[in-house]
Amino acid sequence: MPRGTVVFDTERCKGCGLCIAACPKKVLAFSGQLNKSGYNVAYMANPDDCIGCTFCAMTCPDIVIEVYREKVPS
Amino acid sequence: MGERLLLRGNEVIAEAAIRAGCQCYFAYPITPQAELLEHMALNMPRLGRTFIQAESEIAAISMVYGAAGAGVRTMTSSSSPGISLKQEGISYLAGASLPCVIVNIVRGGPGLGNIAPSQCDYFQATKGGGHGDYHLIVLGPSTVPEAGELTMLAFELADQYRIPVMILADGLLGQMMEPVELPDPIDPASLPAKDWATTGAKGRAPNIILSFEMDPDDLKQMNLDLQSKYRTITENEIRYEEYETEDADIVIAAHGTIGRICKSVVRMARAEGIKVGLFRPITLWPYPYEPLKRLSQQVHTVLTVEMSAGQMWEDVRLAVAERAATPFFGETGGIVPTPRSILNEVKKHVR
Amino acid sequence: MSANLENMVKVFERPQSLTDARFTYCPGCHHGIITRIIGNVMDELGIVERTVGIAPVGCSVFSYLWYKADSQQVPHGRACAVATGIKRARPELIVFSYQGDGDFASIGTAESIHAANRGENITVIFVNNQIYGMTGGEMAPTTLVDQKTTTTPEGRDPRVAGYPIRFSEMIATLDAPAYVTRQALFDTKHIMETTKAVKKAFQYQVEGKGYSLVEILSTCPTNWRMSPVQSNTHVAETVTKVFPLGDLVDRG
Repeated sequence: MPRGTVVFDTERCKGCGLCIAACPKKVLAFSGQLNKSGYNVAYMANPDDCIGCTFCAMTCPDIVIEVYREKVPS
Repeated sequence: MGERLLLRGNEVIAEAAIRAGCQCYFAYPITPQAELLEHMALNMPRLGRTFIQAESEIAAISMVYGAAGAGVRTMTSSSSPGISLKQEGISYLAGASLPCVIVNIVRGGPGLGNIAPSQCDYFQATKGGGHGDYHLIVLGPSTVPEAGELTMLAFELADQYRIPVMILADGLLGQMMEPVELPDPIDPASLPAKDWATTGAKGRAPNIILSFEMDPDDLKQMNLDLQSKYRTITENEIRYEEYETEDADIVIAAHGTIGRICKSVVRMARAEGIKVGLFRPITLWPYPYEPLKRLSQQVHTVLTVEMSAGQMWEDVRLAVAERAATPFFGETGGIVPTPRSILNEVKKHVR
Repeated sequence: MSANLENMVKVFERPQSLTDARFTYCPGCHHGIITRIIGNVMDELGIVERTVGIAPVGCSVFSYLWYKADSQQVPHGRACAVATGIKRARPELIVFSYQGDGDFASIGTAESIHAANRGENITVIFVNNQIYGMTGGEMAPTTLVDQKTTTTPEGRDPRVAGYPIRFSEMIATLDAPAYVTRQALFDTKHIMETTKAVKKAFQYQVEGKGYSLVEILSTCPTNWRMSPVQSNTHVAETVTKVFPLGDLVDRG
């Protein structure tokens, strides 16, 4: 399974936690860090387990997350 | 010029709108303007234009909002109760600076009133029936031909100033037939494009039709812009008619149908040696205060005559102030005062 | 962080049809998901340059800020009539009316029904979160029986406030509509299904097939007094019992 990763636009995150709940691999968690708006932003707690499935990004109401997947050598 | 036709007021207004290039008409049935709706229902589809009988007057004015925002000439018509339903929409149209034409064939009020002619919507039309500081240009035709001319003018002024324009007629004018010569039709395609309209953001930034500013400073600016537009209109677009006022001792102030009837009163009075003139505002907003003020300096009485309990009367008193007496004679309930009854009233004020 | 993106390919990003504006919605509110879906559909169908969005009155009153498309902000409840006016004036435009349950199913009842009954070739996105969000949590026509709101403090009592109105079912009884469906967003499976439904609705409009309505069960964590995750569960387990999901009409 190709590995994946996600990039958070942390200033847009509102700490709603939906991405954390949606991740099938338990990659995401609250970081405990607050952004300028005072929201506890999500982050990749277990980055190695990310499979780039886009579930987190799909469920994010503020389009905070961009998803990347490893190029599979053809 | 155009063809000569024998038409009802309602039909002339409808035909004039079509000839002015009105592309979308939305309305709801109500007496006494039903023939306007029917004329549009018959003729608009034939020209490939939009006619919708809306589910309510509120829906109709909202459809006007959409079509006007999309940059086409558009109109709705109704009568008093229906115009009351449109007031919120009209305030939005004014706030969003959207050009359109709204026709009110006024009937007896308040409440259900009746279907007889009246002028009892003057305040609603000129002082603002909806919320907020706004104005419509309000035009008051007194004859069937003038109703056609002012409808054409309404579309011009609406586009020129990006403002809703109201034709304030009445049930008598709507139902009456007169020979009319209508100008040649304007092709809607020849009208200048409106670069502010929602025509699809292709190769430009999106256009937003909006009457909403959360920040008070922005909303204030929106209001200041509207007020300066209204000042410009007041400076440039006031229209009125003076009839036999040069040597008059008494002037009748009357608009619309009553303005016309009072010409007969002027002739009848002068036949009895009473020097009476008529001052007839055509733009009910912006109101011709200055010309009436000037006139009030040469007469001892300005008698206001209306089919209402006295509404335009207040504007007359504003213009005239203490310079002359400002009595009032009115009929309500849908009763059209006869020339004789008005003349009898005039005679009470002869000095 | 970006160092290890070399041999990576981006598979999810912000739709091109959306502006960069940040959404004004509360944390976890589904309005944002719907807006993204609409952005994606606009991208896929390549229609943003000829689309006109209707911004209603309610939480989504600012929705004219989200799209790189022309928009009209309209009086409360009148969106479907305004959409009618736009579409009739310029049939080549793609017109979508985005409305909450108060706007669409309460004050706008007549406009909503009659635009559907005329089969206007427009797309309506009807966001049903069973409450008035913008004004602080009042009852909506779709509020559930016994649901507490600021205007049903003891819970909605049908004897005085009626029952949750199933508006899509009412619209589905009409002959004209081409597509009427009810969707939800409480998990990724349903988000994907909603995306397909929204795409189909816009596709039908592009193909001139007529009126399409997509009702989307959504959450309001703030006024439901639930967390975003609990709100999703509430929709999945409770709301869908009152508002069953699925296509009601598909004459495409």
